[in-house]
Amino acid sequence: MKHSYITAALLIGLIAALVVGTELLGIRLYDRIVTNLLISLVLVIGLQTFMGNSGLLSFAHIGFMGFGAYTSAVLTIPAQMKGMALPDLYGFMTAVEVSPLLAMLVAGIVAAIVAAIVAYPLMRLSDAAAVITSFALLVVLYTVMNNWSAFTNGPRTLFGLPKTTTLPMAAIVAALVVVVALVFKESRTGKLLRASREDEVAAAALGADIPKLRWKAFVLAAFIAGVGGALWGHFITSFAPKSFYLKETFLVITMLVIGGANTVTGAVAGAILVTFAYEGLRSLEGTLNATAAGAGQVVGLTEIVLAIAMIAFMILRPGGLFPTREIGHILARMRRKKETSA
Amino acid sequence: MAFTIQFIIDVLSLGGAYALMALGLVIIYGILRLVNFAYGELIMVAGYTMYLSSGSGLPWIVMASLAVAMAVVFGIFTDYAAFRPVRAKSVTAVLITSFAFSNLLQNAALLFISPRPRNVPLPPIFSQTVEIGGAITPVRNLITIAASIVLLAAVAYLMRKTTLGIAMRAAATNFTMARMLGVPANLIISSAFALSGFLAGVVGILWIGRIGTVVPGVGLEPLLVAFIATVIGGMRSLPGAVVGGFLLALIDTTLNYTLPQDLLKFRDAFTFTLVILILLWRPAGLIKGPASGQRT
Repeated sequence: MKHSYITAALLIGLIAALVVGTELLGIRLYDRIVTNLLISLVLVIGLQTFMGNSGLLSFAHIGFMGFGAYTSAVLTIPAQMKGMALPDLYGFMTAVEVSPLLAMLVAGIVAAIVAAIVAYPLMRLSDAAAVITSFALLVVLYTVMNNWSAFTNGPRTLFGLPKTTTLPMAAIVAALVVVVALVFKESRTGKLLRASREDEVAAAALGADIPKLRWKAFVLAAFIAGVGGALWGHFITSFAPKSFYLKETFLVITMLVIGGANTVTGAVAGAILVTFAYEGLRSLEGTLNATAAGAGQVVGLTEIVLAIAMIAFMILRPGGLFPTREIGHILARMRRKKETSA
Repeated sequence: MAFTIQFIIDVLSLGGAYALMALGLVIIYGILRLVNFAYGELIMVAGYTMYLSSGSGLPWIVMASLAVAMAVVFGIFTDYAAFRPVRAKSVTAVLITSFAFSNLLQNAALLFISPRPRNVPLPPIFSQTVEIGGAITPVRNLITIAASIVLLAAVAYLMRKTTLGIAMRAAATNFTMARMLGVPANLIISSAFALSGFLAGVVGILWIGRIGTVVPGVGLEPLLVAFIATVIGGMRSLPGAVVGGFLLALIDTTLNYTLPQDLLKFRDAFTFTLVILILLWRPAGLIKGPASGQRT
């Protein structure tokens, strides 16, 4: 338990250091990248609460992020702009306009409610069937977002969200999410769930109600994804349903897997590492496109490199950078070892 | 009457294609317990092979065979690149490598060919229609039905009567025991990937024949179909995959005919909701396969 405090302190310290460093540099591009990073962090940690504790891969996460983003959009787009941004919106909704903070909370709750309903039957499935249905769920969520024009403006871009997500705001949410994830991990539900991850049969024999435990984690993950989606929506201010599909799913899973799905530290490390790699590769793509040989034809290079990195990680270090222990635990052990050897 | 015939042909042709897709996926899953996310990309490979060979002036049937052959080659390549190195590790690890490999192939197509749709050469027979009992139906639907009957029969024969098929089924039931009895594991796994690639190649031609063009993301829909069909049918049973494919086609076609226009765009959402309900009733799928499943 004690090393959880150390972990929380270190991770939040890292987030704070990132924010302070960026603010001191004062370059707008870096500001954007770090805000993006912190939002990714929220999403990756959200996924970690489910995937890390239950051991099941979930593809639906980004779908819940989308639901969160759209919920927050409908609630916060100024009333006078709604006619243009969401022409088909139901009449009684047009007057609704709440503060972005409240909208973010509602976004999380809506995502969690949707998850609570759809996940109830799905959590009874195990390994491959569970993964496949979560993939199908992503498609369902995407189809709904793409076609429910009243709320989402269909496949077209939705615009007009107030830009309220700032760097400190993203950092505060990220820090809160780190704490929530660590608390959940050490809670009774988290521990039982991790027992079921290690050995499903043994955990069930000890009385763990596995579908229910998984369900709780899934709902929590969806809540965090919804909040992350709202955060992102108010950062990017205009988006379309295709922002919440396979490409982003791939990115979030890459971050979590490279960092280490079983630990919150891993989620943080993966998000930071992959964001920097991603931005570096993107600018490389841009440079190549500017040259005569590239001529605007270089697309997908970033994804290719990330995919190769992911396969290499799976072969060489399948648990990711932090496969089992949180950073606080690692440091505590190192100190203990030093004491015993001295 | 005409409507009934139309409906039956629709269900059978769609179901035949779905069943073949599901079969290609479940052959891998049955033996290795791994879900091949890169399966849809084999269909993409077949499509791009057709596109790239379209300028060569070869007869269509040669191009088609070439496309199937490339899908087989890439199927085996998938095994070596994404599965063999992590086979002994966790289910999640294998899932992730195949997901990454699928992304790799898709983005390679984006980078080296084009993000825009490319035309695929098709013989004129694919765009003709015939009239059967008052129902007008495209010939390609009949081709799909014929191809799926022939292939399903061939796969059934292969799995039941030949040494290779029996060895594959033995490996699917109890991998360790099969190895102890002298079944060469790597060969079996590679042939499963080759067979899966072969089915993907044929399905690819039939599927792309419906659309006429190929894009890097063309494999997603067949992949989803195969996923859902196998989950409904029972993840480890070959007959289950076929049943699941036809059932999914029946659901899809019925919804196509019965849903009002403004709900039709939500068809996929309805289909998958039905699937979730089926799973609620039978979590292991409709047909249960062999119980065990180890990969090493």
